Amino acid sequence: MSHLDTNLDQLKNDLIQMWNLVSSQMEKARLALINGDKDLAREVRANEKMVDAFELKIDMDCENIIMLQNPVAIDLRFLLSVLKINYNLERIGDYANAIAKSAEHADKAWPDTVFEATRVPEMFFVAQSMIQESLASFERNDRKMVSTLFGMDEKLDKINNDITPIISRLIKDNPDDIPMLLDLFSIIRKLERAGDHITNIAEELVFYFDAIIVKHSKLQKNKPASGSK
Amino acid sequence: MIKAEAKNINVWYGDFHALKNINMSFNTNSVTALIGPSGCGKSTFLRLFNRMNDLISNFRLEGLITVDEQNLYSKEVKIDELRKSIGMVFQKPNPFPKSIYENVAYGLRVNGINDRRTLDETVERSLRQAALWDEVKDNLKKSAMSISGGQQQRLCIARALAVEPRLILMDEPASALDPISTAKIEELIFELKKSFTILIVTHNLQQAGRISDYTGFFYMGEMIEHDATQKMFLNPSNERTQNYITGRFG
Repeated sequence: MSHLDTNLDQLKNDLIQMWNLVSSQMEKARLALINGDKDLAREVRANEKMVDAFELKIDMDCENIIMLQNPVAIDLRFLLSVLKINYNLERIGDYANAIAKSAEHADKAWPDTVFEATRVPEMFFVAQSMIQESLASFERNDRKMVSTLFGMDEKLDKINNDITPIISRLIKDNPDDIPMLLDLFSIIRKLERAGDHITNIAEELVFYFDAIIVKHSKLQKNKPASGSK
Repeated sequence: MIKAEAKNINVWYGDFHALKNINMSFNTNSVTALIGPSGCGKSTFLRLFNRMNDLISNFRLEGLITVDEQNLYSKEVKIDELRKSIGMVFQKPNPFPKSIYENVAYGLRVNGINDRRTLDETVERSLRQAALWDEVKDNLKKSAMSISGGQQQRLCIARALAVEPRLILMDEPASALDPISTAKIEELIFELKKSFTILIVTHNLQQAGRISDYTGFFYMGEMIEHDATQKMFLNPSNERTQNYITGRFG
Protein backbone atom coordinates (compact mmCIF):
# COMPACT_ATOMS: atom_id res chain seq x y z
CA MET A 1 0.00 0.00 0.00
CA SER A 2 1.42 3.39 -0.98
CA HIS A 3 2.01 6.23 1.45
CA LEU A 4 -0.88 8.11 -0.13
CA ASP A 5 -3.21 5.11 0.22
CA THR A 6 -2.26 4.78 3.89
CA ASN A 7 -3.03 8.47 4.46
CA LEU A 8 -6.34 8.29 2.62
CA ASP A 9 -7.37 5.18 4.56
CA GLN A 10 -6.56 6.90 7.83
CA LEU A 11 -8.52 9.96 6.74
CA LYS A 12 -11.50 7.81 5.81
CA ASN A 13 -11.42 6.12 9.21
CA ASP A 14 -11.21 9.50 10.95
CA LEU A 15 -14.17 10.84 9.02
CA ILE A 16 -16.19 7.72 9.85
CA GLN A 17 -15.38 8.32 13.52
CA MET A 18 -16.48 11.94 13.16
CA TRP A 19 -19.70 10.76 11.50
CA ASN A 20 -20.38 8.28 14.33
CA LEU A 21 -19.62 10.92 16.92
CA VAL A 22 -22.07 13.38 15.36
CA SER A 23 -24.67 10.63 15.01
CA SER A 24 -24.23 9.76 18.69
CA GLN A 25 -24.51 13.45 19.63
CA MET A 26 -27.81 13.73 17.77
CA GLU A 27 -29.16 10.55 19.43
CA LYS A 28 -28.15 11.76 22.89
CA ALA A 29 -29.66 15.19 22.19
CA ARG A 30 -32.90 13.45 21.19
CA LEU A 31 -32.99 11.35 24.36
CA ALA A 32 -32.09 14.34 26.52
CA LEU A 33 -34.94 16.34 24.99
CA ILE A 34 -37.61 13.64 24.96
CA ASN A 35 -36.78 12.34 28.45
CA GLY A 36 -35.85 15.67 30.00
CA ASP A 37 -32.46 14.16 30.88
CA LYS A 38 -30.28 17.13 31.85
CA ASP A 39 -27.21 15.02 32.63
CA LEU A 40 -27.27 13.58 29.13
CA ALA A 41 -27.77 17.09 27.74
CA ARG A 42 -24.65 18.24 29.60
CA GLU A 43 -22.74 15.26 28.19
CA VAL A 44 -23.66 16.32 24.64
CA ARG A 45 -22.50 19.84 25.37
CA ALA A 46 -19.20 18.60 26.77
CA ASN A 47 -18.68 16.36 23.74
CA GLU A 48 -19.11 19.31 21.39
CA LYS A 49 -15.45 20.14 21.98
CA MET A 50 -14.54 16.70 20.62
CA VAL A 51 -16.56 17.36 17.46
CA ASP A 52 -14.77 20.68 16.96
CA ALA A 53 -11.37 19.11 17.56
CA PHE A 54 -12.13 16.30 15.11
CA GLU A 55 -13.17 18.83 12.49
CA LEU A 56 -9.88 20.69 12.82
CA LYS A 57 -7.83 17.48 12.67
CA ILE A 58 -9.58 16.23 9.52
CA ASP A 59 -9.24 19.65 7.87
CA MET A 60 -5.55 19.72 8.66
CA ASP A 61 -4.99 16.16 7.40
CA CYS A 62 -6.75 17.02 4.13
CA GLU A 63 -4.64 20.15 3.71
CA ASN A 64 -1.45 18.21 4.34
CA ILE A 65 -2.28 15.50 1.82
CA ILE A 66 -3.24 18.05 -0.83
CA MET A 67 -0.13 20.11 -0.11
CA LEU A 68 2.39 17.27 0.05
CA GLN A 69 1.07 14.56 -2.22
CA ASN A 70 -0.61 16.41 -5.10
CA PRO A 71 -3.56 14.03 -5.38
CA VAL A 72 -5.54 13.87 -8.62
CA ALA A 73 -8.61 12.16 -10.07
CA ILE A 74 -10.51 10.01 -7.56
CA ASP A 75 -8.06 10.86 -4.76
CA LEU A 76 -8.60 14.58 -5.29
CA ARG A 77 -12.37 14.15 -5.45
CA PHE A 78 -12.22 12.13 -2.24
CA LEU A 79 -10.26 14.83 -0.44
CA LEU A 80 -12.45 17.69 -1.66
CA SER A 81 -15.53 15.73 -0.60
CA VAL A 82 -14.07 14.89 2.80
CA LEU A 83 -13.34 18.58 3.43
CA LYS A 84 -16.95 19.56 2.74
CA ILE A 85 -18.53 16.55 4.45
CA ASN A 86 -16.42 17.33 7.50
CA TYR A 87 -17.72 20.92 7.56
CA ASN A 88 -21.33 19.75 7.22
CA LEU A 89 -20.94 17.14 9.96
CA GLU A 90 -19.58 19.78 12.30
CA ARG A 91 -22.63 21.97 11.62
CA ILE A 92 -24.94 19.02 12.41
CA GLY A 93 -22.92 18.60 15.61
CA ASP A 94 -23.65 22.25 16.40
CA TYR A 95 -27.39 21.61 16.03
CA ALA A 96 -27.19 18.60 18.36
CA ASN A 97 -25.38 20.81 20.85
CA ALA A 98 -28.00 23.55 20.55
CA ILE A 99 -30.83 21.04 21.03
CA ALA A 100 -29.05 19.67 24.11
CA LYS A 101 -28.73 23.24 25.40
CA SER A 102 -32.50 23.65 25.09
CA ALA A 103 -32.99 20.37 26.96
CA GLU A 104 -30.54 21.41 29.66
CA HIS A 105 -32.21 24.78 30.27
CA ALA A 106 -35.84 23.68 29.96
CA ASP A 107 -37.90 24.70 33.01
CA LYS A 108 -40.03 21.58 32.77
CA ALA A 109 -40.30 18.45 30.64
CA TRP A 110 -42.02 18.84 27.29
CA PRO A 111 -45.27 16.85 27.26
CA ASP A 112 -45.48 13.95 24.77
CA THR A 113 -48.59 15.47 23.24
CA VAL A 114 -46.61 18.52 22.15
CA PHE A 115 -43.91 16.35 20.58
CA GLU A 116 -46.50 14.32 18.74
CA ALA A 117 -48.39 17.37 17.52
CA THR A 118 -45.21 18.95 16.19
CA ARG A 119 -43.84 15.64 14.80
CA VAL A 120 -40.49 16.23 16.49
CA PRO A 121 -39.79 12.49 17.11
CA GLU A 122 -40.46 11.83 13.43
CA MET A 123 -38.04 14.58 12.44
CA PHE A 124 -35.37 13.10 14.68
CA PHE A 125 -35.99 9.68 13.16
CA VAL A 126 -35.65 10.96 9.59
CA ALA A 127 -32.59 13.13 10.32
CA GLN A 128 -30.83 10.33 12.18
CA SER A 129 -31.68 7.82 9.44
CA MET A 130 -30.17 10.22 6.91
CA ILE A 131 -26.98 10.45 8.97
CA GLN A 132 -26.73 6.67 9.13
CA GLU A 133 -27.59 6.11 5.46
CA SER A 134 -25.06 8.68 4.28
CA LEU A 135 -22.41 7.13 6.51
CA ALA A 136 -23.17 3.65 5.16
CA SER A 137 -22.92 4.96 1.59
CA PHE A 138 -19.52 6.50 2.34
CA GLU A 139 -18.21 3.46 4.19
CA ARG A 140 -19.28 0.99 1.51
CA ASN A 141 -18.65 3.25 -1.51
CA ASP A 142 -22.29 2.68 -2.41
CA ARG A 143 -23.57 5.33 -4.80
CA LYS A 144 -27.09 3.90 -4.98
CA MET A 145 -27.67 4.53 -1.28
CA VAL A 146 -27.06 8.25 -1.80
CA SER A 147 -30.13 8.64 -3.99
CA THR A 148 -32.54 7.86 -1.14
CA LEU A 149 -31.19 10.74 0.95
CA PHE A 150 -32.59 13.45 -1.30
CA GLY A 151 -36.13 12.08 -0.87
CA MET A 152 -35.71 11.87 2.91
CA ASP A 153 -34.81 15.54 3.14
CA GLU A 154 -38.09 16.40 1.44
CA LYS A 155 -39.93 14.76 4.36
CA LEU A 156 -38.14 17.08 6.81
CA ASP A 157 -38.90 20.09 4.62
CA LYS A 158 -42.58 19.13 4.53
CA ILE A 159 -42.86 18.82 8.32
CA ASN A 160 -41.02 22.12 8.75
CA ASN A 161 -43.22 23.88 6.20
CA ASP A 162 -46.37 22.71 8.00
CA ILE A 163 -45.23 23.66 11.47
CA THR A 164 -46.13 27.36 11.74
CA PRO A 165 -49.92 26.96 12.08
CA ILE A 166 -49.41 24.05 14.51
CA ILE A 167 -47.12 26.06 16.78
CA SER A 168 -49.47 29.06 16.51
CA ARG A 169 -52.38 26.92 17.68
CA LEU A 170 -50.34 25.44 20.55
CA ILE A 171 -49.31 28.95 21.64
CA LYS A 172 -52.90 30.11 21.55
CA ASP A 173 -54.04 27.09 23.59
CA ASN A 174 -51.08 27.21 26.05
CA PRO A 175 -50.11 30.87 26.59
CA ASP A 176 -48.09 29.97 29.70
CA ASP A 177 -45.79 27.78 27.62
CA ILE A 178 -44.81 30.33 24.98
CA PRO A 179 -41.03 30.29 25.77
CA MET A 180 -41.01 26.48 25.66
CA LEU A 181 -42.98 26.36 22.41
CA LEU A 182 -40.75 28.94 20.77
CA ASP A 183 -37.78 26.85 21.82
CA LEU A 184 -39.42 23.84 20.22
CA PHE A 185 -40.03 25.86 17.08
CA SER A 186 -36.32 26.60 16.98
CA ILE A 187 -35.47 22.90 17.49
CA ILE A 188 -37.67 21.98 14.52
CA ARG A 189 -35.84 24.52 12.39
CA LYS A 190 -32.52 22.99 13.49
CA LEU A 191 -33.62 19.49 12.55
CA GLU A 192 -34.71 20.77 9.17
CA ARG A 193 -31.33 22.45 8.71
CA ALA A 194 -29.59 19.23 9.78
CA GLY A 195 -31.44 17.55 6.90
CA ASP A 196 -30.12 20.25 4.53
CA HIS A 197 -26.57 19.58 5.69
CA ILE A 198 -26.97 15.84 5.10
CA THR A 199 -28.27 16.70 1.64
CA ASN A 200 -25.08 18.72 1.13
CA ILE A 201 -23.14 15.65 2.22
CA ALA A 202 -25.08 13.51 -0.25
CA GLU A 203 -24.17 15.98 -3.01
CA GLU A 204 -20.51 15.67 -2.05
CA LEU A 205 -20.80 11.89 -2.19
CA VAL A 206 -22.21 12.14 -5.72
CA PHE A 207 -19.23 14.33 -6.66
CA TYR A 208 -16.85 11.79 -5.13
CA PHE A 209 -18.43 8.80 -6.85
CA ASP A 210 -19.42 10.26 -10.22
CA ALA A 211 -17.46 13.53 -10.58
CA ILE A 212 -20.79 15.27 -11.17
CA ILE A 213 -21.83 18.48 -9.44
CA VAL A 214 -25.50 18.20 -8.46
CA LYS A 215 -25.53 21.15 -6.08
CA HIS A 216 -28.28 23.64 -6.99
CA SER A 217 -29.62 21.18 -9.56
CA LYS A 218 -32.17 18.41 -9.54
CA LEU A 219 -30.37 16.67 -12.40
CA GLN A 220 -28.62 13.38 -11.75
CA LYS A 221 -29.25 13.43 -8.01
CA ASN A 222 -31.19 10.24 -8.07
CA LYS A 223 -29.39 8.54 -10.91
CA PRO A 224 -25.96 6.97 -10.44
CA ALA A 225 -23.65 7.64 -13.40
CA SER A 226 -22.94 4.61 -15.54
CA GLY A 227 -20.05 2.68 -14.08
CA SER A 228 -20.57 3.84 -10.52
CA LYS A 229 -21.27 1.28 -7.81
CA MET B 1 -9.64 24.41 -35.72
CA ILE B 2 -7.31 21.46 -36.10
CA LYS B 3 -3.62 22.30 -36.53
CA ALA B 4 -2.09 18.83 -36.57
CA GLU B 5 -3.38 15.32 -36.80
CA ALA B 6 -2.29 11.70 -36.49
CA LYS B 7 -4.48 9.15 -38.25
CA ASN B 8 -4.21 5.37 -37.85
CA ILE B 9 -0.58 5.60 -36.83
CA ASN B 10 1.48 2.43 -36.44
CA VAL B 11 5.22 2.55 -35.92
CA TRP B 12 7.74 -0.28 -35.83
CA TYR B 13 11.40 -0.35 -34.89
CA GLY B 14 12.35 -3.56 -36.63
CA ASP B 15 9.97 -6.15 -35.16
CA PHE B 16 9.03 -3.98 -32.20
CA HIS B 17 5.59 -2.46 -32.60
CA ALA B 18 6.20 0.90 -30.89
CA LEU B 19 2.94 2.72 -31.66
CA LYS B 20 -0.37 0.96 -32.22
CA ASN B 21 -3.19 2.53 -34.17
CA ILE B 22 -2.95 6.05 -32.74
CA ASN B 23 -5.53 8.64 -33.68
CA MET B 24 -5.20 12.14 -32.26
CA SER B 25 -5.83 15.69 -33.38
CA PHE B 26 -4.48 18.92 -31.95
CA ASN B 27 -6.31 22.22 -31.95
CA THR B 28 -4.66 25.45 -33.04
CA ASN B 29 -3.25 27.52 -30.17
CA SER B 30 -3.52 24.71 -27.68
CA VAL B 31 -1.02 22.87 -25.51
CA THR B 32 -1.25 19.09 -25.43
CA ALA B 33 0.73 17.13 -22.86
CA LEU B 34 1.74 13.59 -23.70
CA ILE B 35 2.17 11.49 -20.58
CA GLY B 36 2.91 7.86 -19.83
CA PRO B 37 5.60 5.60 -18.36
CA SER B 38 9.05 5.37 -19.92
CA GLY B 39 9.02 3.40 -23.15
CA CYS B 40 5.29 3.92 -23.77
CA GLY B 41 5.88 5.58 -27.14
CA LYS B 42 5.11 9.21 -26.34
CA SER B 43 8.50 10.56 -27.51
CA THR B 44 8.35 8.39 -30.63
CA PHE B 45 4.95 9.89 -31.30
CA LEU B 46 6.20 13.46 -30.75
CA ARG B 47 9.13 12.93 -33.13
CA LEU B 48 6.82 11.86 -35.93
CA PHE B 49 5.97 15.54 -36.36
CA ASN B 50 9.48 16.59 -37.35
CA ARG B 51 10.45 13.24 -38.87
CA MET B 52 13.27 12.71 -36.41
CA ASN B 53 12.45 9.01 -36.27
CA ASP B 54 13.53 8.80 -39.92
CA LEU B 55 17.10 8.90 -38.64
CA ILE B 56 16.63 5.45 -37.08
CA SER B 57 17.49 2.77 -39.63
CA ASN B 58 14.79 0.20 -38.87
CA PHE B 59 11.99 2.72 -38.31
CA ARG B 60 8.77 2.05 -40.22
CA LEU B 61 5.57 4.10 -40.22
CA GLU B 62 2.01 3.43 -41.35
CA GLY B 63 -0.69 6.09 -41.20
CA LEU B 64 -0.97 9.78 -41.80
CA ILE B 65 0.70 12.68 -39.99
CA THR B 66 -0.49 16.13 -41.00
CA VAL B 67 0.22 19.72 -40.03
CA ASP B 68 -2.00 22.35 -41.63
CA GLU B 69 -3.47 19.46 -43.61
CA GLN B 70 -0.10 18.77 -45.24
CA ASN B 71 0.98 15.13 -45.16
CA LEU B 72 4.44 15.36 -43.58
CA TYR B 73 5.51 12.02 -45.06
CA SER B 74 4.54 12.69 -48.66
CA LYS B 75 7.33 12.46 -51.21
CA GLU B 76 7.10 16.17 -51.97
CA VAL B 77 8.11 17.12 -48.43
CA LYS B 78 11.77 18.03 -48.04
CA ILE B 79 12.83 16.86 -44.63
CA ASP B 80 15.27 19.70 -44.03
CA GLU B 81 12.63 22.28 -44.90
CA LEU B 82 10.12 20.51 -42.69
CA ARG B 83 12.43 20.49 -39.68
CA LYS B 84 13.03 24.21 -40.13
CA SER B 85 9.30 24.79 -39.84
CA ILE B 86 8.67 22.61 -36.79
CA GLY B 87 10.28 23.84 -33.57
CA MET B 88 11.84 21.28 -31.28
CA VAL B 89 12.99 21.76 -27.68
CA PHE B 90 14.84 18.92 -25.99
CA GLN B 91 15.24 17.84 -22.39
CA LYS B 92 18.76 19.23 -22.07
CA PRO B 93 19.36 22.73 -23.41
CA ASN B 94 21.47 22.45 -26.54
CA PRO B 95 22.58 25.93 -27.56
CA PHE B 96 25.17 26.17 -30.32
CA PRO B 97 28.65 27.27 -29.23
CA LYS B 98 27.98 30.71 -30.64
CA SER B 99 26.79 34.01 -29.27
CA ILE B 100 23.28 34.47 -27.91
CA TYR B 101 22.48 36.56 -30.98
CA GLU B 102 23.79 34.01 -33.45
CA ASN B 103 21.90 31.18 -31.79
CA VAL B 104 18.61 32.94 -32.43
CA ALA B 105 19.63 34.22 -35.87
CA TYR B 106 20.82 30.77 -36.94
CA GLY B 107 17.48 29.57 -38.32
CA LEU B 108 17.14 32.66 -40.48
CA ARG B 109 20.70 32.52 -41.75
CA VAL B 110 20.32 28.93 -42.90
CA ASN B 111 17.19 30.07 -44.70
CA GLY B 112 19.36 32.63 -46.55
CA ILE B 113 18.25 35.68 -44.61
CA ASN B 114 21.21 37.92 -43.79
CA ASP B 115 19.65 41.36 -43.80
CA ARG B 116 20.88 42.96 -40.58
CA ARG B 117 17.68 44.78 -39.74
CA THR B 118 15.53 41.69 -40.28
CA LEU B 119 17.90 39.64 -38.15
CA ASP B 120 17.95 42.25 -35.37
CA GLU B 121 14.18 42.50 -35.30
CA THR B 122 13.69 38.75 -35.32
CA VAL B 123 16.28 38.16 -32.60
CA GLU B 124 14.64 40.75 -30.35
CA ARG B 125 11.10 39.52 -31.03
CA SER B 126 12.07 35.89 -30.42
CA LEU B 127 13.97 36.67 -27.23
CA ARG B 128 11.05 38.73 -25.99
CA GLN B 129 8.62 35.90 -26.80
CA ALA B 130 10.90 33.53 -24.91
CA ALA B 131 10.90 35.90 -21.92
CA LEU B 132 14.68 36.21 -22.12
CA TRP B 133 15.20 39.62 -23.72
CA ASP B 134 15.43 41.64 -20.52
CA GLU B 135 18.07 39.30 -19.12
CA VAL B 136 20.37 39.21 -22.17
CA LYS B 137 19.71 42.36 -24.21
CA ASP B 138 22.97 43.96 -23.06
CA ASN B 139 25.04 40.84 -23.70
CA LEU B 140 23.88 39.53 -27.04
CA LYS B 141 27.43 38.85 -28.11
CA LYS B 142 28.13 36.78 -25.04
CA SER B 143 28.55 33.05 -25.56
CA ALA B 144 25.33 31.08 -25.17
CA MET B 145 27.32 28.50 -23.24
CA SER B 146 27.99 30.99 -20.43
CA ILE B 147 24.37 31.64 -19.38
CA SER B 148 22.45 29.50 -16.88
CA GLY B 149 20.68 26.23 -17.79
CA GLY B 150 17.26 27.83 -17.51
CA GLN B 151 18.35 30.73 -19.71
CA GLN B 152 19.89 28.31 -22.22
CA GLN B 153 16.60 26.45 -22.45
CA ARG B 154 14.69 29.69 -23.07
CA LEU B 155 17.34 30.58 -25.66
CA CYS B 156 16.64 27.28 -27.39
CA ILE B 157 12.96 28.15 -27.36
CA ALA B 158 13.77 31.60 -28.81
CA ARG B 159 15.83 29.88 -31.53
CA ALA B 160 12.83 27.68 -32.35
CA LEU B 161 10.48 30.71 -32.41
CA ALA B 162 12.69 32.75 -34.73
CA VAL B 163 11.59 30.74 -37.76
CA GLU B 164 7.91 31.14 -36.79
CA PRO B 165 7.29 27.43 -36.51
CA ARG B 166 4.03 25.83 -37.57
CA LEU B 167 4.20 23.57 -34.53
CA ILE B 168 6.39 23.46 -31.42
CA LEU B 169 7.47 20.09 -30.02
CA MET B 170 8.91 19.88 -26.52
CA ASP B 171 10.42 16.72 -25.06
CA GLU B 172 10.60 17.15 -21.27
CA PRO B 173 11.83 20.75 -21.65
CA ALA B 174 12.02 21.48 -17.92
CA SER B 175 13.09 18.18 -16.42
CA ALA B 176 16.73 19.29 -16.10
CA LEU B 177 15.87 22.68 -14.60
CA ASP B 178 15.44 24.00 -11.06
CA PRO B 179 11.92 25.03 -9.87
CA ILE B 180 12.38 28.73 -10.69
CA SER B 181 13.59 28.04 -14.23
CA THR B 182 10.84 25.44 -14.60
CA ALA B 183 8.23 28.01 -13.56
CA LYS B 184 9.60 30.44 -16.17
CA ILE B 185 9.39 27.80 -18.90
CA GLU B 186 5.84 26.93 -17.84
CA GLU B 187 4.79 30.59 -17.88
CA LEU B 188 6.41 30.89 -21.27
CA ILE B 189 4.49 27.91 -22.66
CA PHE B 190 1.29 29.45 -21.36
CA GLU B 191 2.09 32.69 -23.22
CA LEU B 192 3.29 30.97 -26.38
CA LYS B 193 0.05 29.13 -26.95
CA LYS B 194 -1.54 32.45 -27.88
CA SER B 195 0.51 32.29 -31.08
CA PHE B 196 1.58 28.66 -31.44
CA THR B 197 0.37 25.08 -31.10
CA ILE B 198 2.47 23.05 -28.71
CA LEU B 199 2.92 19.32 -28.06
CA ILE B 200 4.91 18.54 -24.94
CA VAL B 201 6.14 15.26 -23.52
CA THR B 202 6.45 15.39 -19.75
CA HIS B 203 6.89 12.98 -16.88
CA ASN B 204 5.82 15.68 -14.47
CA LEU B 205 2.07 15.19 -14.07
CA GLN B 206 1.63 18.38 -12.09
CA GLN B 207 3.32 20.22 -14.93
CA ALA B 208 0.95 18.61 -17.42
CA GLY B 209 -1.92 19.78 -15.24
CA ARG B 210 -0.56 23.32 -14.97
CA ILE B 211 0.27 24.05 -18.58
CA SER B 212 -1.79 21.90 -20.91
CA ASP B 213 -5.27 22.21 -22.33
CA TYR B 214 -5.37 18.56 -23.37
CA THR B 215 -3.57 15.49 -22.13
CA GLY B 216 -2.93 12.22 -23.91
CA PHE B 217 -2.00 9.13 -21.90
CA PHE B 218 0.17 6.55 -23.67
CA TYR B 219 0.83 3.03 -22.43
CA MET B 220 2.75 0.27 -24.20
CA GLY B 221 2.43 1.91 -27.58
CA GLU B 222 -1.28 2.62 -27.27
CA MET B 223 -2.95 5.94 -26.75
CA ILE B 224 -5.24 5.01 -23.87
CA GLU B 225 -7.05 8.29 -23.36
CA HIS B 226 -6.93 11.81 -24.80
CA ASP B 227 -9.18 14.46 -23.32
CA ALA B 228 -9.31 17.91 -21.77
CA THR B 229 -6.67 18.08 -19.03
CA GLN B 230 -9.24 19.10 -16.44
CA LYS B 231 -11.27 15.96 -17.22
CA MET B 232 -8.20 13.74 -17.26
CA PHE B 233 -7.07 14.89 -13.83
CA LEU B 234 -10.47 15.01 -12.16
CA ASN B 235 -12.33 12.11 -13.69
CA PRO B 236 -10.44 10.08 -16.28
CA SER B 237 -12.62 7.67 -18.23
CA ASN B 238 -10.13 4.83 -18.36
CA GLU B 239 -9.06 2.93 -15.27
CA ARG B 240 -5.48 2.65 -16.55
CA THR B 241 -5.28 6.44 -16.82
CA GLN B 242 -6.57 6.80 -13.28
CA ASN B 243 -4.10 4.22 -11.99
CA TYR B 244 -1.21 5.98 -13.73
CA ILE B 245 -1.96 9.54 -12.67
CA THR B 246 -2.75 8.52 -9.09
CA GLY B 247 0.51 6.56 -8.86
CA ARG B 248 -1.11 3.14 -8.59
CA PHE B 249 0.23 1.79 -11.83
CA GLY B 250 1.23 -1.85 -12.28
